Amino acid sequence: MKLNINGRDHEVTGLDEATPLLWVLRDALGLKGTKYGCGIAQCGACTVHLNGAPVRSCSLPLTAARGQRITTIEGLAAGDELHPLQEAWIEQDVPQCGYCQAGQLMSAAALLRRTPKPTDAEIDQAMAGNLCRCGTYLRIRAAIHAAAARTQTKADASA
Amino acid sequence: MSVVDSGYLDVDALLRLAEAQHAFVSRRSFLQLLTVAGGGLVLALHSSESRAVADTTAAPAGFAPNAFVRIAPDGTVVVYAKIPEVGQGVKTSLPMIVAEELDVDWSQVRIEQAAINPTVYGRQTAGGTRSTPTNWMPLRQAGATARLMLVNAAAKRWNVAGAELKTERGEVLHPSSGRRLRYGELTTLAASLPLPDPSRVKLKERSQFKLLGRRIGGVDNRAIVTGQPLFGIDMELPGLLFATYTKCPAVGGTVVKVNAAEIKRLPGVRDVFVLEGNGKPAEVMPGVAIVATSTWAAMAAQRKLTIEWDETSASKDSWNAAVAQARELAKVSGADTLRSSGNVTSAFDGAQHRVDAFYSYPFIAHAPLEPQNCTAHFKNGSIELWAPTQSPDRALPTLAALLGIPESKVTIHQQRGGGGFGRRLINDVMCEAALIAQRVKGPVKLQWTREDDMEHDFYRVGGFHAFKGGVDEQGKLVAWADHFVTFTADGNTPTSGGDMPAEEFPALLVLNVQLTQTKLPLKIPTGPWRAPRSNSIAFAVQSFLHELSTAAGKDHLEFLLQLMGEPRWLPPQTEFALNTGRAANVIKLAAEKSGWGSPLPQGRGRGLAFHFSHAGHFAEVADVSVDANRKLTVHRVTVAGDIGPIINRSGAENQCEGSVIDGFSAMLGQEIAIENGRIEPSNFDRYPLLRINHAPPVDVHFIESDNPPTGAGEPALPPVAPAICNAIFAACGHRVRSLPLTREGFNV
Repeated sequence: MKLNINGRDHEVTGLDEATPLLWVLRDALGLKGTKYGCGIAQCGACTVHLNGAPVRSCSLPLTAARGQRITTIEGLAAGDELHPLQEAWIEQDVPQCGYCQAGQLMSAAALLRRTPKPTDAEIDQAMAGNLCRCGTYLRIRAAIHAAAARTQTKADASA
Repeated sequence: MSVVDSGYLDVDALLRLAEAQHAFVSRRSFLQLLTVAGGGLVLALHSSESRAVADTTAAPAGFAPNAFVRIAPDGTVVVYAKIPEVGQGVKTSLPMIVAEELDVDWSQVRIEQAAINPTVYGRQTAGGTRSTPTNWMPLRQAGATARLMLVNAAAKRWNVAGAELKTERGEVLHPSSGRRLRYGELTTLAASLPLPDPSRVKLKERSQFKLLGRRIGGVDNRAIVTGQPLFGIDMELPGLLFATYTKCPAVGGTVVKVNAAEIKRLPGVRDVFVLEGNGKPAEVMPGVAIVATSTWAAMAAQRKLTIEWDETSASKDSWNAAVAQARELAKVSGADTLRSSGNVTSAFDGAQHRVDAFYSYPFIAHAPLEPQNCTAHFKNGSIELWAPTQSPDRALPTLAALLGIPESKVTIHQQRGGGGFGRRLINDVMCEAALIAQRVKGPVKLQWTREDDMEHDFYRVGGFHAFKGGVDEQGKLVAWADHFVTFTADGNTPTSGGDMPAEEFPALLVLNVQLTQTKLPLKIPTGPWRAPRSNSIAFAVQSFLHELSTAAGKDHLEFLLQLMGEPRWLPPQTEFALNTGRAANVIKLAAEKSGWGSPLPQGRGRGLAFHFSHAGHFAEVADVSVDANRKLTVHRVTVAGDIGPIINRSGAENQCEGSVIDGFSAMLGQEIAIENGRIEPSNFDRYPLLRINHAPPVDVHFIESDNPPTGAGEPALPPVAPAICNAIFAACGHRVRSLPLTREGFNV
């Protein structure tokens, strides 16, 4: 079966079609950035993009990913150039343990693509599916605003 | 001939030993400065030229004057992080201490997680908020010693007195001649010089700090945000197999029958076997291991297990039964007397206001976001493990004993932990992985599911307090009694996290005190949960204190300040004890920064609470609204803390913000149900952790007193619950005496 991950095609063989995409990414393809937290789509640590939309890969069977465009945290940066969210996350020193942050970033990236300048309420709604056990929510919110502003500034500068 | 004499390695004896073994030991060899557990200094000889050396540490390239620093000829500075990193920030903050005294720019520093070697590094446990206070001076000494050796090398090179030299950003300078040398250019010379006398090593003054106190980003941040494999669960090895381990839902049950043949036929399954375990929940309990070719194959197979358990010796614990018992016991004094001072009976009789109250809090889970896991490879009588543990040093002897091998044959690689909160202080998953690895050819990763993690936790124990308090006409607290109903596993001592010290606040500040205790039997394992004891006792004690100030008609700020009295150290009167002056200062600061006393609209109120734990003085004010349907809105939590000088300001603030959110999360909706020894719930659909939409704004203020620095991981948590409950009372007049809030009808 062919999977398209971060712009590249991967051939996966010998896997049950019901295997959650999460475990295909982690074990079959060695992409460890997407995390396992609960397995029932409650924590968001497994968030990836399916054709640009955020999905919980722990609950997405392999068959549903076939022929779709999958983006993982490893594909968020453009080569060496970090996504504005990744830069903001570093600038704001968001992570504590860091385990939830890949999922947080994927949900946030999908939000900013839909809503380039989200309000606090829009952030809350988009990010409510991503748990942070360490409680970095305040910094997550600040980093999303910072990334939005940075993108705005860049857009204004190149306009 | 002993080369070790009362903790000091006899260097001459070691040289004679090495020579006797025909090992060439150069007199120009550099010495390694080692720190042993307890903080003493040991010198061990190492030579890069000898063929056989008496000590076991390997010689890395460059100048490595001690186990914490290595400087390469190209100037790269590697600082080794000795304590496990589980999100508390020590992988960044502790190396900052070394870098400060070494006098290098943070951009010149690369951090590496240290090897697990307690002989060299001392205690390597991340717990008790001990890392900062115990490592502060040894790390300063390590950095400053390395700096002095580089200065001495430059002095020798330039033939000047060391006193004429300065250091700055990884260079030694001779101001009068303008000469300068980078540390990298001095490594070979420095390595050949003798170790300086420790008493000659000068540490910086606080005013000279360039790095400490600044906001420094976590050293792994870039790797985290780009999805690099850092955590235990991310471990990958050639030929790695994957395992699950399934235990009886009621702790202590043994395996009677399992459908092993059926499971073995499932896709990817390589083996199924039963482990008897050793009866210790902290090590290995009986269960069924499945070994498979992928995590999913193992987990999918686990779901198809049918196991018959013998529950004769298994837990029959029931939380509801405990609640009923505690309520009965609350009517009388406890079986054990923890403290009896003054005369509470007559003090209560003479009190102007007297309040009786029964408080309770449930068992809760740790639920770190990365479920427990451990990768292990057993080969030729040795074992290698990779684990996101909080106590790798303690795992060494445990695993050695479990496997019947010497400690020297146990190697542990510290992985980053996706949250700890005290759960990862217990190494049961490492023990399970070790026994499974013995039955597997090649490496195997044991991965718990979320359900395993929640059903086999070492829970924060629940408890009950039957309080009596008396206040005099001036509103002063004159009598305090608490019958504390807790649990015991061994029948003698309270279960882990369920003990109340005789000095528990406010016992040392009140003349007439009676603390008694009754212990109910419990088989369910309990363990340290962030700020053990304090995380639950503070809710009860600091809320009940507010009940007393309310009864006395006294402003709670004034009540607390009066309770603290004159600024002084309380017993045991060490630098890490409660100081009433420091307490009063944080209480006043929290009040000031929160606008305490200024009017609020109907339905809105402020609550103030203080608690001292883990050598940290913290006071917090919550500002909340409660509507007619008991919908709770936390507008803001103001935190004031005194943990001495701040090392990494961003990390410390992050810990305090996180503690508030953690504390609010726990009190709001978390509870573990226990019935017939079984735990519920086992996943986040019915165990609600706080989400971003309910995270309140948090303001953090530090008083950076001149006391020695202590840690930020735990002490900001205990005041959260009572601050919010006191605020709820101020807002709507309802007194919360039992958690979680959702059980009291509150919602968010």
